[in-house]
Amino acid sequence: MPSPNPQRNIKITIQLNGDPYTIEGDARLMTLIEALKMKPGRIAAELNREIVPKADYAKITLHEGDQLELINFVGGG
Amino acid sequence: MQDTPFNIGKQTFKSRLIVGTGKYKDFNQTRLAIEESGAEIVTVAVRRVNITDRKTENLLDFIDPKRWQILPNTAGCYTADEAIRTCRLAREVGVGEMVKLEIIGDQKTLFPDVPATIEAARILVKEGFIVLPYITDDPVSCKRLEEIGCAAVMPLAAPIGSGLGIRNPYNLRIIIEQSKVPVIVDAGVGTASDAAVAMELGCDGVLMNTAIAGAKDPIAMARAMKLGIEAGRLAFLAGRIERKLYATASSPITGLLG
Repeated sequence: MPSPNPQRNIKITIQLNGDPYTIEGDARLMTLIEALKMKPGRIAAELNREIVPKADYAKITLHEGDQLELINFVGGG
Repeated sequence: MQDTPFNIGKQTFKSRLIVGTGKYKDFNQTRLAIEESGAEIVTVAVRRVNITDRKTENLLDFIDPKRWQILPNTAGCYTADEAIRTCRLAREVGVGEMVKLEIIGDQKTLFPDVPATIEAARILVKEGFIVLPYITDDPVSCKRLEEIGCAAVMPLAAPIGSGLGIRNPYNLRIIIEQSKVPVIVDAGVGTASDAAVAMELGCDGVLMNTAIAGAKDPIAMARAMKLGIEAGRLAFLAGRIERKLYATASSPITGLLG
């Protein structure tokens, strides 16, 4: 859900690509993507089985128990 | 010799060779092989980003999506739902609407699940995807996929990665004859002559990965495949001679020394 004032002093655990992942502080999706050094133009995101448009990365705040998938392209035929 | 354009959806391509990016030593070799092949469409797989190792390089940093048409596949999907989800995610990366729909029905042979492929194709076409389905070399399945609105049909020539070549040229001929969308042989090619045979039959294109990436020298094989595709296409356009059981002399039979 979009949140204009993300909480700063939080600690949540989400499922990121199938594994638990703890986020402390800023829980915005964009912050996570930047922290993981991913380029938005190289990935796609799915939050709780819903596609997240790139334009929403900065608006979305993650919550405890969220299921987040971040995908990219790899070699394939 | 004038050729008809190779159109997929609204795009026109010069190269009739589509290449994969799997099984290479590294991304640099992948890029070199693709450049040598002259391919303009390049398949990729959709996978979770490696979270633990963030030093891994990104394929798109080597294969510029502005230069090559990226064709994400649904390899590894066994159901229509998985494949549709994969396509939606792939589109969100932002390299276009084109997808290679591949739903596997059997782990050992990697033959496609035909009903699931048709089901997924129907939904994906409605969602605006340009769908290129990997399918059995069965004319009826190919016809169904065309009727649904797939931009091409991609019958297999032999099992994926087998290198067995064109096992059923007669089915392919029927598919080519009946098809109003491009027919692209996907899977089974082992060497350049296989690619040439597919093109001589009248296929619009060939998609391959292992035949190039698995060769001892993938860069050289990429070039061989480019030439095989071109030779086969030219031979098809030129129109081959009829097969005859007995000899027909090439030299004049008159004017012989007495």
